[in-house]
Amino acid sequence: MAEDSETKKVFDAEAAASLMKDLRGSYASGRTRSYEWRVAQLKNMMKIVDDHEQDILDAIRADLCKPDQEAYIAEISIMKSSCMRALGELHRWMKPEKVKTSVTTFPSSAEIVSEPLGVVLIIGAWNFPLLLSLDPAIGAIAAGNAVVLKPSELCPATSSLIAKLVGKYLDSSCVRVVEGAVAETSALLEQKWDKIFFTGSGRVGRIVLAAAAKHLTPVTLELGGKCPVVVDSDINLPVAINRIAGGKWTSNNGQACIAPDYLITTKDFAPKLIDALKHQLEAWYGKDPLESKDLAHIVNSHHFDRLLKLLDDDKVSGKIIHGGQRDKANLKFAPTILLDVPEDSLIMGEEIFGPLLPIFTPGKRFVPTVGPLFQTGSLFRRQNNNVDKLEECFDMIISRGKPLAAYLFTNNKKLKKKFVKTVSAGGLVINDTVLHFAEKTLPFGGVGESGMGSYHGKFSYDNFSHRKSVLYKGFAGDASARYPPYSDRKLKFLKALLSGSVIGVILALIGWS
Amino acid sequence: MRDLETDLEELRESYTSGKTKEASWRKSQLNALLTILKEKEKDIFNALEHDLGKHYAEAYRDEVGTLTKSVNLALSSLKDWMAAKKAKLPLPAFPSTAEVFPEPLGVVLIFSSWNFPFGLSLEPLIGAVAAGNAVVLKPSELAPASSSLLATTISTYLDKKAVKVIEGGQVVGEHLLSYKWDKIFFTGSSRVARAVMTAAVKHITPVTLELGGKCPAIFDSFSSSWDKEMVIKRVLGGKFGTCSGQVCIGIDYILVQEGYAPTLVELLKNRTVKMFGENPRETKSMARIINKQHFSRLKNLLDDPSVKSCIVHGGGMDEHNLFIEPTILMNPPLEASIMTDEIFGPLLPIITLKKIEDSIGFINSRPKPLAIYAFTRNETLQKRIVSETSSGSVTFNDAVIQYAADTVPFGGIGESGFGRYHGKFSFDAFTHEKAVISRGMISEFWFRFPPWDDNKLALTKKAYSFDYFGFLLVLLGLKK
Repeated sequence: MAEDSETKKVFDAEAAASLMKDLRGSYASGRTRSYEWRVAQLKNMMKIVDDHEQDILDAIRADLCKPDQEAYIAEISIMKSSCMRALGELHRWMKPEKVKTSVTTFPSSAEIVSEPLGVVLIIGAWNFPLLLSLDPAIGAIAAGNAVVLKPSELCPATSSLIAKLVGKYLDSSCVRVVEGAVAETSALLEQKWDKIFFTGSGRVGRIVLAAAAKHLTPVTLELGGKCPVVVDSDINLPVAINRIAGGKWTSNNGQACIAPDYLITTKDFAPKLIDALKHQLEAWYGKDPLESKDLAHIVNSHHFDRLLKLLDDDKVSGKIIHGGQRDKANLKFAPTILLDVPEDSLIMGEEIFGPLLPIFTPGKRFVPTVGPLFQTGSLFRRQNNNVDKLEECFDMIISRGKPLAAYLFTNNKKLKKKFVKTVSAGGLVINDTVLHFAEKTLPFGGVGESGMGSYHGKFSYDNFSHRKSVLYKGFAGDASARYPPYSDRKLKFLKALLSGSVIGVILALIGWS
Repeated sequence: MRDLETDLEELRESYTSGKTKEASWRKSQLNALLTILKEKEKDIFNALEHDLGKHYAEAYRDEVGTLTKSVNLALSSLKDWMAAKKAKLPLPAFPSTAEVFPEPLGVVLIFSSWNFPFGLSLEPLIGAVAAGNAVVLKPSELAPASSSLLATTISTYLDKKAVKVIEGGQVVGEHLLSYKWDKIFFTGSSRVARAVMTAAVKHITPVTLELGGKCPAIFDSFSSSWDKEMVIKRVLGGKFGTCSGQVCIGIDYILVQEGYAPTLVELLKNRTVKMFGENPRETKSMARIINKQHFSRLKNLLDDPSVKSCIVHGGGMDEHNLFIEPTILMNPPLEASIMTDEIFGPLLPIITLKKIEDSIGFINSRPKPLAIYAFTRNETLQKRIVSETSSGSVTFNDAVIQYAADTVPFGGIGESGFGRYHGKFSFDAFTHEKAVISRGMISEFWFRFPPWDDNKLALTKKAYSFDYFGFLLVLLGLKK
């Protein structure tokens, strides 16, 4: 350890430039392009997770007090299935895709070839510290890139473990970990990357995007938002409660980009729903949730204070109907439910990212948020009285910007259809929450304020690839109509050619001779 | 600028009302574009002749014709493009269905360029309306007749509450960028692209950047004279014959093996005269340079004495008429501007190499271009070019033609941009692919939830590794 602290240097602009030079050299050598290299790295990533499962769980627990089972489900099992999928599919993903060509370019053949972007930067987040660094890296490596990972500094044990394991198991000439905070990240962002993949807040996302703009670097931003849950009354309540409560409080105690942020239900159904929720929470966490070992902690005192501030308002704290217990010294915060807080309160103005669940029962007059210019149209300037149709609350959702996910619990086909049609979000789940995160055949990503770009499964591979068009033109049958000197007759031929009309082409050719 | 705010508010309302999402609206807009291309063809030709001195055959070939093809494709494919696509879900999630639902991004902004003022405005517009968005198009002010015609025809034929043309220059462009857009599609220079991307940061707006670069053409030797004839025409067509070389995917320079160079130069010179005439300016077979500023820029490239001395054909310049004749140069210095900057004009440097394979290293030591061309029948060389170089696209034995292909994506990489379009890729460029999972309420995996214990963990492990048999065993208590 003493040795490490002596040799540990500050990672500054010079270090970043030197790192980039190394990686560019490695990438240029062509090492990362071969199928064998990619498979070897992916197999080793699998080993990291298989052989060090306990170390990983220990580190995550040290950083976040996340229960092992939660960490296993949310991070380790998803990592494993990502690796397995990439290993199983890589051959197919790497194959060029043959495409048809038309009369316009006749005679020709074409294909789309996937090639790596080059040297890429992945910045991870703190709430799923292993997954959100390594899962994108699976895609980047499968696509043949050289990679730099910057895990979150808010999880020092996990960051350090990732650095150690990546250094041990992966090819360090092409895959590196840089640990650190703002200074180190800024140094990295000054470099010209071929792609930056960022998971985190919108505030930092903008900093990343601004840095990328200087080099015209393409960026994927996996951000967050206020993910709403709309609950109808015609549902199987016990199942729904499990899924809603699970999505909120077993996802890092609400500190997850796709955790339900707030809930909307009808005035009539609310009491039954709330009662069921309270019972469920007690069954899971006991009468005193602060004593439960099954609840993750708040990541640090800064975020703890942030959550306290959301409750600071009398008009908000007065609406707490369950929970509210907290222990700052140990960063514990109990699942807390609030009912009908003012819609312009702070808790409804920003992403909660914690165990507080505001519940709304439209049926009262509401004043929509006044968003930035051109985010809300004049459509929302009306005021609703006694709205008991759930679908009218879709307006409320839409007015808050596009979240990463939106959830609806209902058996009503019409309502489902309207929801899917009107609510724009990264992804939607009907009758469950957060599940789509685990599904590799679906693209996972945001839209609008919740981000840009998507990944998981083949989408990860594509995210870090350039799909290059390759056209092979034959030597037969070139129309001199393409070239000057131009004439009306040539124009006729061109019209036939570009309309794809084979007969037109023949006729024009005959007339042409 | 009050009018602009009212305009943008109207667009946002149109979008929010949901009308642009309807298939009928999208079809009506596409049909309107088709009508413009048919009924206003002569006006379009006149505008292009006015702005760029383009011959109407060139205008048809490169703009009106390709646009007609693209609108027809969008019309015939719209239903398919708009349909949700089912995705498979693994058993542990049964019963569920999953699909990807394409939805429009919202209100989008398109910046187009002056060299193909109709093509580069309407190709992205086709994608944007097909995808159900409300649109603002800002054509380039450097092609004023085209910009004006676009403004009048679009407001006459399309839904002017949802599709607007806003004319103007840099000031208008900057002002537009200060608003919130759901997508920005930009065609132009990398300098302005940086400003666009920086402006997009504020609202985290996704962008597509279609930029340029120095597109090289590798020229191998051909034995058959048929082949030679064919490729020489295509090279010249892809340089002087397309907007006088003012095209992002135009051949910028040629790489050839030194022994073959004299043959190549002769072939090029002869065919240039046949194609463009002894006096190209008289034959109206070439577009002119867009304006004085670009003319001076090109003139300066040749003013360098070490470059001027390399001219082997042409070099004639007519400042008054903004005309430069087809000009071929042999081995200008690599550090001269003509070899470091994108030429974007009718000057064609030929660089000789010891071996044709050296072209790969030459290209790789330079920024990634929008297109790489290679004229060769050598399949080994072809394979090497595809796998060892990086560019937006690669085209063998022709040039510029990939623009008309709609089954392959059109876009750049690195300095030549990111994002892509043409064909369905245009639709996708303005679409959010929304994942939608729908679950039943019947089965439940209780091991998903706390309180946690070892048995639950064992079940989870089995389920996630799709080990159904193992899962069953644990479930039945026969395994831990």
